[in-house]
Order: sequence, then C-alpha cells, then structure tokens
Amino acid sequence: MALLQIAEPGQAPEPHRQRLAVGIDLGTTNSLVATVRDGSADVLADAQGRRLLPSIVRYAPEGVEVGYAAQAAQITDPQNTIVSVKRMMGRALPDLADARRFPYRFVDAAGIVQIATRAGIRTPVEISAEILGALRERAEKSLGGALDGAVVTVPAYFDDAQRQATKDAARLAGLNVLRLLNEPTAAAIAYGLDNASEGIYAVYDLGGGTFDLSILKLSRGVFEVLATAGDTALGGDDFDHRIYCWALETTGTGPVSPGDTRMLMARAREVKETLTSQHEVAFTASLQTGETIAATLTASEFESITQTLVAKTLAPVRKALRDARLTPADIKGVVMVGGATRMPHIQRAVAEFFGQAPLNNLNPDEVVALGAVIQANVLAGNRARDEDWLLLDVIPLSLGLETMGGLTEKIVPRNATIPIARAQEFTTFKDGQTAMALHVVQGERERVADCRSLARFELRGIPPMVAGAARIKVTFQVDADGLLSVAAREQTTGVEASIVVKPSYGLSDAEIARMLQESFANAAPDMVVRALAEARVEAERIVDATEGALRSDGDLLTAAERIPIEHALAAVHRVAGQDDHHVLAAAVAALNAATEEFAARRMNRGVERALTGRSVDALG
Amino acid sequence: MAITLTESAAKHVAGFLQKRGKGVGLRLGVRTTGCSGLAYKLEFVDEIKAEDLRFESHGINVVVDPKSLPYLDGTELDFAREGLNEGFKFNNPNVKDECGCGESFNV
Repeated sequence: MALLQIAEPGQAPEPHRQRLAVGIDLGTTNSLVATVRDGSADVLADAQGRRLLPSIVRYAPEGVEVGYAAQAAQITDPQNTIVSVKRMMGRALPDLADARRFPYRFVDAAGIVQIATRAGIRTPVEISAEILGALRERAEKSLGGALDGAVVTVPAYFDDAQRQATKDAARLAGLNVLRLLNEPTAAAIAYGLDNASEGIYAVYDLGGGTFDLSILKLSRGVFEVLATAGDTALGGDDFDHRIYCWALETTGTGPVSPGDTRMLMARAREVKETLTSQHEVAFTASLQTGETIAATLTASEFESITQTLVAKTLAPVRKALRDARLTPADIKGVVMVGGATRMPHIQRAVAEFFGQAPLNNLNPDEVVALGAVIQANVLAGNRARDEDWLLLDVIPLSLGLETMGGLTEKIVPRNATIPIARAQEFTTFKDGQTAMALHVVQGERERVADCRSLARFELRGIPPMVAGAARIKVTFQVDADGLLSVAAREQTTGVEASIVVKPSYGLSDAEIARMLQESFANAAPDMVVRALAEARVEAERIVDATEGALRSDGDLLTAAERIPIEHALAAVHRVAGQDDHHVLAAAVAALNAATEEFAARRMNRGVERALTGRSVDALG
Repeated sequence: MAITLTESAAKHVAGFLQKRGKGVGLRLGVRTTGCSGLAYKLEFVDEIKAEDLRFESHGINVVVDPKSLPYLDGTELDFAREGLNEGFKFNNPNVKDECGCGESFNV
C-alpha cells in the first residue's frame, strides 16, 4: 500500500493527485535534491544515507557513473571523468580561459563546448543532464512516483545562454522545469525571510571554489535582487591550500609529488573542518618518499594565515552595497550559504562588517536546495493560493542597441529586476530608408566595440519617409528565467521583426566583472568617444540634409546667398575627420546658422504646396 | 475500539509537529473519493472541532471526525520505510479491498 504524508489542515490531496515537486541545487562541486515531506523541506539521501551527490560524471566502459562512483575514478580515468561541468554550461570553447587546465579532449568545433569521451562526443548540457537524471531517480525512488516538476537553482550572475543550457539539461533529464531560481533567493526563502518583516537582506555564499554576494530586497512578500557581486576564483578550497602551504613551509618540506599534494590537500581540509570546533589540530601525514610531516595548527594561527582571504570576500560585499547605494547599516539580515561559511572567523568578519550576527542555523550546504523545493511546492500547487509569491531576479549587465556612430543605447539598465519589459522609440537616419539593422549588445561601455554582441536582426518594410519621420518601437523583454527577446515594430504600418537571444554565447562572472571594471576605468575616455561619435553623426545628418535641400530647392537661393552655405558645408567636411568634438560641433553650428534663412524659405514653400488647391473648409 | 499509533509513527509525528512549529495533533479521516471508493486523509491539526473524537496514543493527540470513525475504527497507523521512500501506513481492519496503489479502499 502507498505510504502517506501528513498534509496541512484541509489540504490532504485527492488520491493520485499529490503533486511531487523537488528543488535541485545543481552545484559546481556537489548537487542536492530536496522535497517537502510531512510539512517540512528536507534533502533526500541515497541508499547509503549520503545527502550530497558529487557533480561528477564518468563515461565508464560499462556505462555512465554519476557521483561517488565517478569521483573514485577521477584520478585513474581523467579523460572520461568530467568534473565542474557547471563552469562550461552555455559556453563556447574560446570562452573557457582555463580550457587547457582540464584533462579532457575538447572537440575543436564552433559553438558550444564538446568533449570527446569513451561514449562519444558529449556537451555540457548532456553531462549535466546525467547529474540531474541521477537526482531525479533518487527523488522518484524516495517519493514513490513520477515527479510533476522541479525548481533548479542557478547563480544570480548566470547569463541567458547559461540559464538556457541549464533548462535544456533539465529537460533532457526528463524534468519539468517549473522555473529557474537564483541561488541567493533560494537561500533567503529557506530561512523563511519571505514571511519576515520587509527589508533588505544580504546573502553571503562562499562555496568550494566561488564566492557570491547578493543583496535582496523584500517588500510585500516579493523578493527583488538589488545587486550581485562576487569572485569566481575564491572559495573554501583556497583555505585548504593555505593550510597545505603552511604545512610545507613550517616543516621545511620541499616540492611533493602530485599524489602527495592531493593527499595533503585532503588532510588540510580535515584540519580546517576540525578547527571549526577545536582550538588546535595536529597536522600529520607521511609522504610517498617516506618523510613524515608533523605540525600543530592553532585556530588563531589559521586565522592569521587566511586573514587575507577573508578580507578578499569583503571587497565584493562593499561593491554590491555600492551598486545598490546602501550601507551595512541598511542590511536587516545576513544569510550564510556554503560549507566554508562554517569557519568561525568568517562568521566573525561578516558579523563585524554588518554589525549583526548572521543567520546560520540551517545547514549551509543544503540551504539553497531547501529554498528551491519550498518554491517548487508552491509552483506545483501544493500550497494555498494566498501563500503564493513572486520572485524577482536581476540583470547582470545592461542590455541595449547599437545606434549610429557605433554607440550603445542602453535600454535595460544593469541590476534591473526581471521579469522586465522596456521599450524605446527609434527613427530612420536617411530619407526613404526602408530597413533598419538592429544589433543587440550587452555591457556598460559607450562604444559597441567594447561591449558584447548578443544578436543581430533586421526590420524590413518600413514605408519610405523623410529621415526622422518613422517611429520604430523596440521592446526588450526579459522573462522570469532571464531569457531575452527583442522586438521592433514600425508604428504606422505595424511591420514587425523580433529575435530571441540564442544560447550560442556565454559570459562568465569573471568576464562580467572585467567588463564592469573596464567601464569604470574608461568612464572619462568613453565620454569623449561618445561626444565625438555623436558630433560626427550629427554632422553627417546635417550635411546630408543640406546637400539634399540644395539639390531640390536650390532655386530659392541667389548665387550670392548660396556661397556662405557652400563655405560652411566645406568647413564641416574639412573637420569631420578630426578627433576634437568641440571643433566639429562648432562647424556644425555654423552650418546651421548659415542655412537658417534657406530653411525658412523651404518651409514656406512646403506650406504653400500643401495648401494650394484646397478650400478653407477642407482645412477646417 | 480506538485509533492508535505505533511507537515509530508517534515519534515521527512528534518530530514533524516540532519542525512545523505549531499544531496540536494529527487528524485521520476518510473521504468518499478515489479510484476504489474511499480515500484516507492525514493532516496536521491546528484546531480541534467540537464534534471531533479524540484519542491519545504515545503522547500524540489523534483526532477523527465522527463520520470517518466507522471506516477507521481499530486502525493502527504505522511509519514505514520502503527503499528510499518513507511515510505513514494505515493498518485498517475494516478494509475489504483496495486499489493497486493503496491510496483508496473499500469497506
């Protein structure tokens, strides 16, 4: 007979109607699956009682292995044992700066990363699907039925391509993705902050190899991500490495073999974990060379050798606060995520920075998966409607369009909350222009060349009009999962064109950080570049217009009247190539002044033509 | 007759109530839907109604509405583990047959 779960009062499900929903934390190092049983969220264990699943996939001769089995073969079969696949999601091979550090046989092909394995060529999406499939199997065995839906978490900085790749992997694993959820938001939900009083919260996530800091705002039960910042190359593993270096230094041990390095790093990790609850730990190990290492590490010594690492995490904290225009005093609560946050001196540093003790009573390894399933349970319809809530996330870099002169027009600003739709009107540049090329870019710089190209498309069928008369409304829409679609519509005729940004590119948070830093460092030169490009576009526009007018209405001028205009035109042509936008702007202003009378006469002629032959009544 | 919990079931119910942070007991019930006639209801109790029948078993308040009692009288609720799956099981002496999955039954 079926095993039943206790439901909330009045909400016992109809037979066969209980909707089985899970939350999945698909991590770089470990993955977890959680569900709600008997009214509380819990992480599901495998048959051996292990709650974490190492995010490792091995294509073994006898089939696919996932988790601990794959981990065991990591050293003996590195080419077919894929670790940290999350770093490759939604990326092309050139995007992977550290590709050579991986022992895999990458396929040299355009587009997404491909790895040649014993089982054939595999993409990161397929490899991630193996991990998700193992979690799905575990959940279905635990819950005794097929899953109705899952919420999968992603880092807040994941771009469109990385989110789409994660969704594709889940679908490939046979999961119905209810939605993707940002990891910090999931952590906040796990702590029940959605039911807490309104305010601003910080999520401090120090994982094995990455650090992320997010600022969330809760108002009327709605979460909004105000800002994110982080460091992709900073995590708990760096603390292990410091202990490892300390051990070699204090014992005067020289370079050790790769096998010993792995063993010593594992020992360093144990020492770090023990120091969470003890004041000193003996570090002892015997090397393959027969040497023995013995030293004692005290908690205070550990603190001093890792103080710089702790301080390093506070830089992104300050940056995120700055981005959100907040001070530590504005933060109502701090949530700790990731096993590395168990270290007491990290807890202390965070408490000191924010002036309050952080929330840390939930297991920091599990808190993201727990939040994900609470959300999944709501989306699957297992909770009452009035408890429903919406979650808002954030755009990591501004989205915009290329305009004349190679400049970027930002449509959706950085850190805007999603879902979002923003529209802006553009117009034609040339008389009789019937098509417009739209170039969608992402970045903070003024010049398109310094931003990242996301997509290009064309709007055709614009009726021929004078320059500036067409009204083309361009709408940027980012859905709840962070996927971008751009649509352009000519307002008078209704002709339309649109594009959905395809996951052919990827941006890492390191790249995002680099692009942001460049935009700050180059703010002044960028301003000059923009002014010059704008002046050139303006010069070209007015030269075109003046020359066109001289051709069509030149008879309105006497030869003598025409000379100053020709002179002013020539002056603009002369300085057009110069780099000083002031000079160019002055020449354009002079041309404007020289054509004032001419423009007035053209206007009169236009009005006369429009009125000729029409009765006063018709004009009424 | 009465409704009882096994010791294991009582221990789990107490744990779930504590985790939930509120609730005064466990409600067992029957409703007349399901693929084989009747279906079990298992819920936390926040409020005991005047007409409810109350039992106590291993320190847990068990509540049953009077209409359900005839179908459930003599039931022992157990907590079971089947592989990775775990949950509550009704050992109900009144049941004549049940659907394949056991979520609904006939008396």
